[in-house]
Amino acid sequence: MIPIPHYLTVSAILFTTGAIGVLMRRNALIMLMSLELMLNAVNLSFVAYARLHQDMGGHVFVFLSITVAAAEAAVGLAILLTIFRARGTVDVDNLHLLQR
Amino acid sequence: MDATALLDSTGALLPHMTVLVTGLVILTLDLFLTPRSRYLNEVVGLIGLLVALLFTLSTTGAPRQVFMAMAVVDSLGAFFNATFLLIAALTILLSASYVRREGVSAGEYYALILFATTGFMFVAAAADLIMVFLAIETLSIATYILAGLLREDPRSQEAAFKYFMLGALSSAFFLYGIATIYGALGNTNLVSLAQALGQGDFSKLLLMGMALLIVGLGFKVAVVPFHMWAPDVYEGAPTAVTAFMTAGPKAAAFAAFLRVFFQGFATPEMVQHWAPIFAYLAALTMILGNFVAMAQQSLKRMLAYSSIAHAGYAFVALVAHNTLGASSILYYLVAYTLMSLGAFTMLMVVARREGPFYAFDDYAGLGTTHPLLAAMMALFMFALAGFPPTAGFAGKFYVFSAAVQAGYYGLALIGVLTSVVSVVYYTRVVMLMYMREPNGAPPIPRLAPTTMAVLGITVVGILYMGIFPGGVMRLAEHSVAFLFQAKM
Repeated sequence: MIPIPHYLTVSAILFTTGAIGVLMRRNALIMLMSLELMLNAVNLSFVAYARLHQDMGGHVFVFLSITVAAAEAAVGLAILLTIFRARGTVDVDNLHLLQR
Repeated sequence: MDATALLDSTGALLPHMTVLVTGLVILTLDLFLTPRSRYLNEVVGLIGLLVALLFTLSTTGAPRQVFMAMAVVDSLGAFFNATFLLIAALTILLSASYVRREGVSAGEYYALILFATTGFMFVAAAADLIMVFLAIETLSIATYILAGLLREDPRSQEAAFKYFMLGALSSAFFLYGIATIYGALGNTNLVSLAQALGQGDFSKLLLMGMALLIVGLGFKVAVVPFHMWAPDVYEGAPTAVTAFMTAGPKAAAFAAFLRVFFQGFATPEMVQHWAPIFAYLAALTMILGNFVAMAQQSLKRMLAYSSIAHAGYAFVALVAHNTLGASSILYYLVAYTLMSLGAFTMLMVVARREGPFYAFDDYAGLGTTHPLLAAMMALFMFALAGFPPTAGFAGKFYVFSAAVQAGYYGLALIGVLTSVVSVVYYTRVVMLMYMREPNGAPPIPRLAPTTMAVLGITVVGILYMGIFPGGVMRLAEHSVAFLFQAKM
């Protein structure tokens, strides 16, 4: 069996990859995907810790977190869509009306 | 959990349920309304909030956990509920004429305000970290949509996008923090957390989790250095929504801070770990917020930075981990709600149309053309700057005394000095109104009764809380008393 710390390491790597993606990439869709990666990395952590503690709580949290991630993705995509309709691009470098 | 327990738990959270159901009712009702009967949206919303307030006031007794120790009903939650209901009611009132003017679809707008309010109230009632997360997400998702409500306006789109991206990023950090704490202790209930910590259960993993929680919640309160999104979002969002956002989500995030750090990580050992971090955040926030606010050319953006600075003041009280600190946060949040909503209402009245730029020049000579409005605007500015006898003064007085009581003299000093700096940019508006000739701007049309009601309530509230601070302060002290009794 793969020991639990391995899962936690993978989870930390995925989370960091996601965070870097959100901060560095300029395409809003890629940023959204990186965000989902971060949330799923946390889910992996939850399940790993739940196995570690032999507790079902962590498994339940994952369901809650998946639901939240879905709602967030829906709102995020809707916002992206309005931006795409108005400007024809989802490159965040074009979002600079509010910097003065 | 059997049926009786479920009914009992639901009964304990009646205020929350009432607000949620009111939101759903408005969403449905709006479909059947004609433009002439649109006002029913606001009427139903206000009635729902009033009923929720009555339910809140009727809950008494010792703290008790409901829904399998996921939520808690206690005096702290009740105080926050009343504050959130006040914020929601004032927002509905100040939005009434704004919604018509900008052609926003009213049903969705008010429903989202009420859903966000439900989220605020659940944050204040959370007894478990995962519950804090779910409640914060409920309010955040509603506010993302509200920020982008003016779909056709590129500024509103941009505000919504920035708010969404950084909000979701902070949520991910917060959730990772929860997972890490769960890993360290095998439990996420705040009371069990405090018990485990009291027995000396302590690890590096736990500290890492706590740090992630601070990052996540710091984003929501917009403390420096997690504030980058705030000025842009506050500037780009529709003004009525900005008013709501500076008051509501901020107060809710402070509720989360109180729950997590004053109830969960409240052992002296843990306080030693987080208090210095909070002290640095508070100092940075006060300094940066006030100095950058001075350089702004748009009044809306200035108020955005002012909002950041005020979060810094409230944070000072968080550093002082004592009864006065906790109660002064509650006092400060109510005071700031009144000042901020009042100031933003004036902004909407004077600017009249959602323009790209809220120039200071709009206020030139307002003292001669509209003396009453100018006097009220001056009161809001003086209150935000912290002049006596306004709520702003009393709030800062309590916050800084809490810091002094806890031995943070330097922090109190920074607070007082930055308040002096803030006088510069607040009085700039007052000087424009009284010492410059009117620049021939068209006169402001008669105010809607709802707008007048908001201005009246905020003015009276600011003066009442400033002249008789004891009333609200006693309530606040009573609400937080149990946080510090348990440890004795």
